[in-house]
Amino acid sequence: MTEQSLTLDVRDLKTHFFTKAGVAKAVDGVSFSVGKGEVLGLVGESGSGKSVTGFSILGLVDPPGRVVSGEVLFKGQDLLTLDPESLRRLRGDRIAMIFQDPMMTLNPVLRVDTQMVETIQAHDSSVSRKDALARARDALGQVGIPAPDERLRSYPHQFSGGMRQRVAIAIALLNKPDLIIADEPTTALDVTIQGQILYEAQKLCRETGTSMIWITHDLAVVAGLADHICVMYGGKAVEQGAIDDVLDHPVHPYTRGLLGSVPGHNTRGQRLYQIPGMAPSLLNLPQGCTFQDRCPRADEACLVEPGITEPVPGRAVRCCHPHLDKDEVIGA
Amino acid sequence: MSKTPEVAVSAPLKVETPFHRFVSDFADNKVALFALFVLVIIIFIAIFASVISPTDPYDLSKVSIFDSKLAPGSKSMDGVTFWLGTDTSGRDLLSSIFYGLRISLGVGVMSGVIALCVGSTIGLIAAYYGGYVDTLIMRIVDIQLSFPAILVALILISVLGKGVDKIIIALVLVQWAYYARTVRGTALVERNKEYIEAASCLALSNNRIVFRHLLPNCLPPLIVVATVQTAHAISLEATLSFLGVGLPITEPSLGLLIANGFDVMLSGLYWVSFYPGIALLITIVSINLVGDQLRDVLNPRLQK
Amino acid sequence: MSVFIIRRLLQSVIVVAVMSLIVFVGVNIVGDPVDMLINPEADQAEIARVIHDLGLDLPIHEQYLYFIKNAFKGDLGKSFIFGEPALKLIVQRIPATFELAFSALLMAVFIGVPLGVIAGMRPKAISSRAIMTGSILGFSLPTFWVGLMMIMIFAVILGWLPSTGRGDTVSVLGIEVSFLTVDGLRHMLMPAFNLALLKISLVIRLARAGTREAMHQDYVKFARAKGLSETRVIMVHVLKNIMIPVVTVLGLEFGSLIAFSVVTESVFAWPGMGKLLIDALHNLDRPIIVAYLMIIVLVFVIINLLVDILYSVLDPRVRLKDAGQ
Repeated sequence: MTEQSLTLDVRDLKTHFFTKAGVAKAVDGVSFSVGKGEVLGLVGESGSGKSVTGFSILGLVDPPGRVVSGEVLFKGQDLLTLDPESLRRLRGDRIAMIFQDPMMTLNPVLRVDTQMVETIQAHDSSVSRKDALARARDALGQVGIPAPDERLRSYPHQFSGGMRQRVAIAIALLNKPDLIIADEPTTALDVTIQGQILYEAQKLCRETGTSMIWITHDLAVVAGLADHICVMYGGKAVEQGAIDDVLDHPVHPYTRGLLGSVPGHNTRGQRLYQIPGMAPSLLNLPQGCTFQDRCPRADEACLVEPGITEPVPGRAVRCCHPHLDKDEVIGA
Repeated sequence: MSKTPEVAVSAPLKVETPFHRFVSDFADNKVALFALFVLVIIIFIAIFASVISPTDPYDLSKVSIFDSKLAPGSKSMDGVTFWLGTDTSGRDLLSSIFYGLRISLGVGVMSGVIALCVGSTIGLIAAYYGGYVDTLIMRIVDIQLSFPAILVALILISVLGKGVDKIIIALVLVQWAYYARTVRGTALVERNKEYIEAASCLALSNNRIVFRHLLPNCLPPLIVVATVQTAHAISLEATLSFLGVGLPITEPSLGLLIANGFDVMLSGLYWVSFYPGIALLITIVSINLVGDQLRDVLNPRLQK
Repeated sequence: MSVFIIRRLLQSVIVVAVMSLIVFVGVNIVGDPVDMLINPEADQAEIARVIHDLGLDLPIHEQYLYFIKNAFKGDLGKSFIFGEPALKLIVQRIPATFELAFSALLMAVFIGVPLGVIAGMRPKAISSRAIMTGSILGFSLPTFWVGLMMIMIFAVILGWLPSTGRGDTVSVLGIEVSFLTVDGLRHMLMPAFNLALLKISLVIRLARAGTREAMHQDYVKFARAKGLSETRVIMVHVLKNIMIPVVTVLGLEFGSLIAFSVVTESVFAWPGMGKLLIDALHNLDRPIIVAYLMIIVLVFVIINLLVDILYSVLDPRVRLKDAGQ
């Protein structure tokens, strides 16, 4: 990937929350990049910092949180140093976000057409309401919502969960953004709808060249969708690379554990592997590597925080004892 | 890249009684603390009005019409300074205010206390018996509370007539519903809690359970309601007296003093209405500030 | 929805009936009906005649029915002072009182909501703390005294506004209204503001609480993520959400404004129902008192009923849920 084709280049991003109980380092030195038309899967369990990463990119971190350091280069421009008005102009226009729970993200007392038209008019005030409505109608059609005229005049609570999320996706698409950040968009939906939306999302990226960051805790979702994957744990990016590489040959013990705990043909009838222990509280991270308390390979060397290494070109890992031996896979 | 230090939080080990905590929590708000201080002064003035007043404004032999309508700071024929001026009859305004505070505060607090007792008892009865009794009582409470206090007061006064006792009855009848509703609500919540169950398992008598266990835990919201309601009662009495349908002229509360100044106000003699109003205002604001802070302090503890 | 309306209607009828009973009992049993309803200056023969006319020599339950029957006919007695039917006198004054109460309501909204929203957006800021402390002052202030001070400052000392009375009126659909004339507005400004003071604190608190809650909601974050200007986020997304509770509470408070106008009308000599009542209380013009009480209870019950219905109409979630069933 050359520099010019990178839609988004995040470098050493740190977002900390300054609470009365202490400093929670939600994102602590995360770097990744997304090229044009590519899908990056940002994977991690709750508390790993993946959602906060998404918000940090858009500058939507609420107090007591704050982006502390790093660079977020969107088409070469550092979003962290941008003035608020310019950042506002990019949001919803060049970078769009889809949230997890569409019931809460759509305003319950405003009609759907209002919420769609305002997205268009906020970025181009010359668009007439009629034209904006036409574009909204098209967007609804694009995401597979039937009878769009009627739907436009409805309120969010009149839609089912899957439909609402489609509306949210339609809103994200309205201004044809270069990057879409989707924060667990299918977690609240049932599996069949999930499948449909995943398929449509992938189709979209291929057809329009839109880049996407798909944030999720579900490896299975990412497996069929993403081109690259970034695994997060305890606020740090622990492993990155092309999706097939990482899933077939995981290098970080955490990734191995994750893959080992996914049920599959090989594990049928056997006890599922579980990574022992629990994710650490972001207020009380261990000294050094964040994963050491649960890692079967941990020793004194892990008390010093590991730097990022590239075992193979195109792969990055943050570990003192990475699995460089390709045959070892836990739980298989 | 700056290093953000990890904030280490250690809990100080100190033995603290709930009362201790209550006092220090309350004292956190300096404004409320000051209001409490002011309130204590006001209560002191009200109680010792006859002792600390420069003159007795209701001793007709000492009051002279020649002293009337004097501006603040002027001196009387006998050389006594009228710090806040005099009214149309020659009475010293400062002394009138002291006596007026005593009456306003007295009527307000007395009606509040009676309403508290009556309302709490009714509320406890409703909570204890439940069922039909509870529904009936709460319906009455709801309907009364849907009418504004002033309207209820006016209705009662038109029916009962004038007089100190009638006014107090009216004020009590206006307020009881708030107390009843608060107590009943808390009692219902507390009654279902485990410590009551534990107490009844110990075969304690109903009386003991209600008064030694249930009531103390119902006190916090009651205290908050009592302060706010007292302020309302004082304000309502002042309003009614101002309108001329409250306390009779023989018991001149601050409301009446303000009414007396109404006529001369338009000729520029502002002090006759102004200073009694300030006294009333300070009293009510202090009570409200203290009540507000009490609510903030007592509520989170309730939820623990 | 219709079940709901019918139930509320029934409740309202019961309340009015109970009130009429209380007023009746108050007049005839607690008070002396002869004093209450008959001019104390009448002579014996006159008194005897009126007693018979009013049915006061009948048993008590028949008297009550008589009272109700008359009430429905619109006859609530004749004023001692004016000699005219009490009901007519009060109804004549209703436009003035409603005008005052409604202006006060509007003022409370237009002043209170912006202040409350500002206080809610940045709850820890100094401006917000100042607004909240100011609002405590707002409901602590004795309204009548503030009214007096306002008259003193604006009318006596500064001479900007007239001190008392109602301004020029214009007839609209047969009703005399004063807000359509400049003079009328000048007269209305102080009394309306004085009355509004009561409710401004309440509105500020409501708006602040609603704003604080709304600001934490996901839809606000999403609106920002869409790139909407902060102005639009507050003015459209947040405001629409907090207006529902504000409007419903205010609707209920409108009744209390009408009741409290008794005080404001006395201070500013505003010729409304309230002033009529206070004068009647002083002059012991009891038919007016009875008539006023009955009318105000009726007004109250109707307002409460309307607000309940309005609430279910305003909230689209409630409205559409009912329609879909």
